[in-house]
Amino acid sequence: MASPDISAENDVLRTVDGTPLKTALAIASRRARIRAFFLVLPLLIFILLTFAVPIGQMLSRSFTDDKFSANMVELGKWFDANGKAVPDEAAYAALAADLATASKDRSAGNVGTRINYELPGTRSLFTSAARKAEKMEAPFKEGMLALDPQWARPDLWAAMRSASAAATMNFYQAALDRQIGADGNFEAAPENTQIYVKLFIRTFVMSIVITGLCLLLGFPIAHLLAVLPLRHASLLMILVLLPFWTSLLVRTTSWMVLLQSQGVINDLLVWMNIVGDDGRLQMMYNQTGTIIAMTHILLPFMILPLYSVMKTIPPAYARAARSLGATSWTTFRRIYLPQTVSGIGAGGILCFILAVGYYITPALVGGADGTLISNQIAFHMQKSLNWSLAAALAAMLLASVLILYWAYDRIIGIDNMKLG
Amino acid sequence: MKKLLILSTALSGFAFAASAQEVVVMSWGGAYGKSQNEAYLKPFTAETGIKTTMVDSDNPATPVKAMVEANNVTVDVVDIEYADAIRLCDEGLLETFDATMLPAGDDGTPAMDDFLPGAVTDCSVATIVFSTMYAYDTTKFPNGGPKTMADFFNMEAFPGKRGMRKGAKANLEMALMGDGVPAAEVYTVLATDEGVDRAFAMLDKIKTDTVWWEAGAQPPQLLADGEVAMSTAYNGRIFAAAVAEGKPFESVWDGQVYEYDVLAVPKGAKNKDAAMQFIVFATGTQRLADQAKYIAYGPARKSSGPLVGLYEDGKTEMAPYMPTDAANLNNALASDFEFWADRDTQLNERFNSWLLN
Repeated sequence: MASPDISAENDVLRTVDGTPLKTALAIASRRARIRAFFLVLPLLIFILLTFAVPIGQMLSRSFTDDKFSANMVELGKWFDANGKAVPDEAAYAALAADLATASKDRSAGNVGTRINYELPGTRSLFTSAARKAEKMEAPFKEGMLALDPQWARPDLWAAMRSASAAATMNFYQAALDRQIGADGNFEAAPENTQIYVKLFIRTFVMSIVITGLCLLLGFPIAHLLAVLPLRHASLLMILVLLPFWTSLLVRTTSWMVLLQSQGVINDLLVWMNIVGDDGRLQMMYNQTGTIIAMTHILLPFMILPLYSVMKTIPPAYARAARSLGATSWTTFRRIYLPQTVSGIGAGGILCFILAVGYYITPALVGGADGTLISNQIAFHMQKSLNWSLAAALAAMLLASVLILYWAYDRIIGIDNMKLG
Repeated sequence: MKKLLILSTALSGFAFAASAQEVVVMSWGGAYGKSQNEAYLKPFTAETGIKTTMVDSDNPATPVKAMVEANNVTVDVVDIEYADAIRLCDEGLLETFDATMLPAGDDGTPAMDDFLPGAVTDCSVATIVFSTMYAYDTTKFPNGGPKTMADFFNMEAFPGKRGMRKGAKANLEMALMGDGVPAAEVYTVLATDEGVDRAFAMLDKIKTDTVWWEAGAQPPQLLADGEVAMSTAYNGRIFAAAVAEGKPFESVWDGQVYEYDVLAVPKGAKNKDAAMQFIVFATGTQRLADQAKYIAYGPARKSSGPLVGLYEDGKTEMAPYMPTDAANLNNALASDFEFWADRDTQLNERFNSWLLN
């Protein structure tokens, strides 16, 4: 930039071509920012198209489901006109007309499935009624009730009313273990079908335990890596990185071989007479198996950030503390540990977020009580094909992780997070 | 909205180079997939020259909805369970099948009479009758193993861990039959709340000692590892392990739950005509009899029955291992697809929460 012309008329610093220095600086920095933005633009577009948009669409399924509203148009019109009124002949006429159309388009199954989410067992009501609806004549109310008296149920009409709008919060209600009761209002689901809240709690508790274990095991290793002479440290580093070169599935299955009740560890313990043959430790197909296997898999994610932070800690501080008379423990607690906090934060948040979303390892070694919320989301995506409920659960998981991230930001601060 | 969904999913979807004429078949893998490869795929390619490929899945019904909705159907034929086929057909996710394309049996019987009752539906054609039964490791029970479904739930007389498929289907029926409900009444009992409670109470007896499997190849693996003493399984997989690999497994047919397995074409499949041609070919009399040469699943055509002979090793008689053999049908239950199409979601949710608690 040209040197400022100090002898200007007013006291404003100007560049050679007369523009005030402040403005020139602003223009230059804006240009630099635009240039930087365009450099990042391809990556931004890529992330938006392949990540944000598909996930956003998936999550939007959590509050929209048009299986019923798109196919049962007449009934939707009746609900718009009559709200919560008791269904009359016109309502049943609209219902019969819509079912006849649904039978022609082969959408009766979808319609029934949508209501089945709220009121289990009602799917066949719709599929069997659709087959007969085409031949039905007025009076429709008697005709429908003759087909099946269940058509008069108030909770069925309540479910149909709420399903006739594509936008719905019912899936979030289901994700919190609530369902439509007999009178049409939401109430807690029966005890024996309440799973999601418990699963969320279990997921977070287990993830915290796994993160804690990773921290406990990873801290000494990272410290060793940081203080050893380079030759030994490189060898150790290769050993830490080696698991990344093997497939995740291979690592999990090798844990299965080790932890099985007839596996290597149990056989060793029986051979050493530590446990009897019928007292073998159950380390698989339960929470223990999940915790052990996931700690192993997530350990490098804790070690590497810790290592990179510890590498930058000058040893002079610890030596100074010792020379001033501090014990080892005091030195560690008051001098070393606070300097590693940013590494602990980085490693901790990385491990926690990975653990919360983990699916494969709990599915393989978790058995019945080691499974996490992600397994339930996968179940709804793949087996029960209730994508809206899966999206609702996933949205809640995402929201809770974002809240934790925000809390982490307040306590430790993202700017203090160093990965190296 | 839909275009955006297609675009975004296609970007992150499979990259599949479709050639002119090719049929991609998605099946269950393992010994069963292998038998289909030998009996259907290879002969089809030999006869028509159309290339065939087999793709494996734990349950081919699950990707069908995702593929059809994303308009990115990468397989042409899926091998699915009967109840799933009915449900998917109701939801418009399968192509309708023209039953007049099916040829008569080799003995002249017209197709609709030759196929077992219910085998041909709007969207699918059955190939085999398979059964979920249970098998045990004979080395774990030197003094005689379990003989009935009630024995499966008897932890005192027959100690050892159990293996069961992770899901409500077939498990609830077996629990009721183990509790003494005759096969003919199982679904009437299961339709009531008390019946469901009774089934879960029976399952509670073995809950803490059960390993839950999801892939068909797991039960023989679990039995071979010694991880479980007895396990429910698809009967063909046990046959493959016992006869082909010589494992000491014994099947218990009491309380078996049998069902059709069908071939169907997902809506929007790229090679629809070739796929239909494949299904017509694969459900011919000789083809169905041939697949019984490789694995112990009963053919869905009556005319194939007499043609079923020996296993591919040339020594073992297949008949005693078939679910539909007279000796095995004593206390057998035909899986009710209407019941499961209706109650699948609800009972699976109840099952999942029962597992959790």
